[in-house]
Amino acid sequence: MEEHMRKIEAIIKPFKLDEVKDALNAMGVQGMTVTEVKGFGRQKGHIELYRGAEYDISFIPKVKIEAVVAEGMVDKAVSTIQEKAKTGKIGDGKIFVYSMEQVVRIRTGETGETAI
Amino acid sequence: MVFMLSAGLLFAEDQVQKANPPSQAEQVAPAQPAPTALPAPAPELKPDPSGANTGGAADVVGASANAPTTDDLKNLGPKEPLASKLADVIGHNRIAINIVWTLVCGFLVMFMQAGFAMAETGFTQAKNAGHTMAMNFMVYALGLLGYWLCGFAIQMGGVGNIASLSGGTGLLDGEFVVHLFGKDFGLFGTKGFFLSGVTYDAAIFAIFLFQMVFMDTTATIPTGSMAERWTFKSFVVYGFFISALVYPLYANWVWGGGWLSQLGKNFGLGHGHVDFAGSSVVHLTGGVAALAGAMVLGPRLGKYKADGTPNAIPGHHIPMAIVGCFILAFGWFGFNAGSSLAGGDLRIGVVATNTMLAGAAAAFSSMIYMWMRYGKPDISMTANGMLAGLVAITAPCAFVNSVSAVFIGAVAGILVCAGVFFVERVLKVDDPVGAISVHGINGAWGALSLGLFADGTYGDGLNGVAGTVKGLLHGDASQFIAQVIGTATNMIFVFIIMYVFFKVLNLIVPLRVDPELEVEGLDQAEVAVTAYPDFSIRRSHR
Repeated sequence: MEEHMRKIEAIIKPFKLDEVKDALNAMGVQGMTVTEVKGFGRQKGHIELYRGAEYDISFIPKVKIEAVVAEGMVDKAVSTIQEKAKTGKIGDGKIFVYSMEQVVRIRTGETGETAI
Repeated sequence: MVFMLSAGLLFAEDQVQKANPPSQAEQVAPAQPAPTALPAPAPELKPDPSGANTGGAADVVGASANAPTTDDLKNLGPKEPLASKLADVIGHNRIAINIVWTLVCGFLVMFMQAGFAMAETGFTQAKNAGHTMAMNFMVYALGLLGYWLCGFAIQMGGVGNIASLSGGTGLLDGEFVVHLFGKDFGLFGTKGFFLSGVTYDAAIFAIFLFQMVFMDTTATIPTGSMAERWTFKSFVVYGFFISALVYPLYANWVWGGGWLSQLGKNFGLGHGHVDFAGSSVVHLTGGVAALAGAMVLGPRLGKYKADGTPNAIPGHHIPMAIVGCFILAFGWFGFNAGSSLAGGDLRIGVVATNTMLAGAAAAFSSMIYMWMRYGKPDISMTANGMLAGLVAITAPCAFVNSVSAVFIGAVAGILVCAGVFFVERVLKVDDPVGAISVHGINGAWGALSLGLFADGTYGDGLNGVAGTVKGLLHGDASQFIAQVIGTATNMIFVFIIMYVFFKVLNLIVPLRVDPELEVEGLDQAEVAVTAYPDFSIRRSHR
């Protein structure tokens, strides 16, 4: 039977990282990759003040989490991230879910769900 | 200077002025002895390189309220041989305290270079941090050499005996003077080139160190207003020009016995232009030079939108800038209190306290101003505010009471904010660190405020005028007029000479870096060192 895996990519506020990580760990997500990124969404950055003059911050610092999970865990993982990363204010970020064709553990050569 | 020389030749021959009154004399009993009146045996003043013979019995005269007079020493000495010998030791110790005080304060002022380096670098962009640091570092070395070549001689070569330091300072007796309207106008000193010959003297070396670090404060001010776009090679030429010529000339006129200090003696204007520690001599000179330089250089790329409204270009390291400001505030105790040139002049307690009060008042008033106008207590403007208060109190610190010091500081804190916006939005001059406003506008305010608030408790006999220094509000309007003349002279003289210098230099050694370099950052191309190689940094603020 063919295995099904999904990659979850979440862009969140940097200060929410620890909360999200702990919650994902607790529900059984084994590993993740984190990147510091910058970007903007519908609010198009924001304006800051320096010595009485305004300037635009177009790209706002965010954290990108990438985690690969088995099909059965996807919904729970997504709702966990959504719950933990939410502040209710503008700029909370987004979650993307991709289908994943193959995973290989480099050390042992295992593939598929056992390699996650 | 060339035109002044020719003017001098037209009107007068070079003349040596003996026994100029000391410009920053330690306050002493009114009958301050002239060097020639010192008790025998003083056959001829000789340089004292070892320092072993500096300070003696003659220096106990006037040391305290009931100190022996010259006559006492002469008449009572033979009867009390041991007392005579002890008087020699006491005189030596008195001069030693003053020289140690002057040196230690000079060391504090030297450390202000570190404060300037951090403030300027913190308020500018990461991509130029190596270049901004390099300018602040090398201005010390370049300025010191230029001052050694001829700057010191031009400034102090005719100052005459400095009573509080004694030693060979009386050998600094060459002032080039022109006679106009029957009065003497001292233009520049003529002794002490290469700090050699008769100026190889322990006391003169001490005063060289102290005056040099003041000059270097001036020299490092334009590196802030001209940061992030100035070629290093033209900066090097500038470093010698301002330290060897421009600063020393104006400093001679105020501190070296030159014509501005004699406005009182010659024309009855108070005590002449009085500037205790350099609101005009140091800070106004630096601020005006910074304005001239930034005007010739033009704004940084991207500073102004097409319609002329300014963009903010945030400094990359505010904590560094704030620490820099604290170092400056610390060094300022040396700057102001040291200008007594005398640890035995206990007015230093008032001087130091007025200094800290004005800085605090200015930081507070600029904080309130920014808070009310922009909704936040902008810390970068507040730091500028503290420096502005320190700049303003630098001239009047020894002559005013604490209420005046707080008022002078509070006004400076407002002036610096309004000044930054005026320079940026009206003059359209790009000054990344606010140097023109901090040092120029508040240097002028400080010099003028002395003419308003001096309360007549200090400065007896200063610049050869009997009585204490009083400002307009304490009954002497002529002191204020002298301050106006001194301030206006600085602005006109320094602006013209520096503007022409930068324009001419620009034809020989271009001032401005290539636009591609400016966008990329100056560090690698200009000084071959990248300040932050291990960090990925933003190439541009946009």
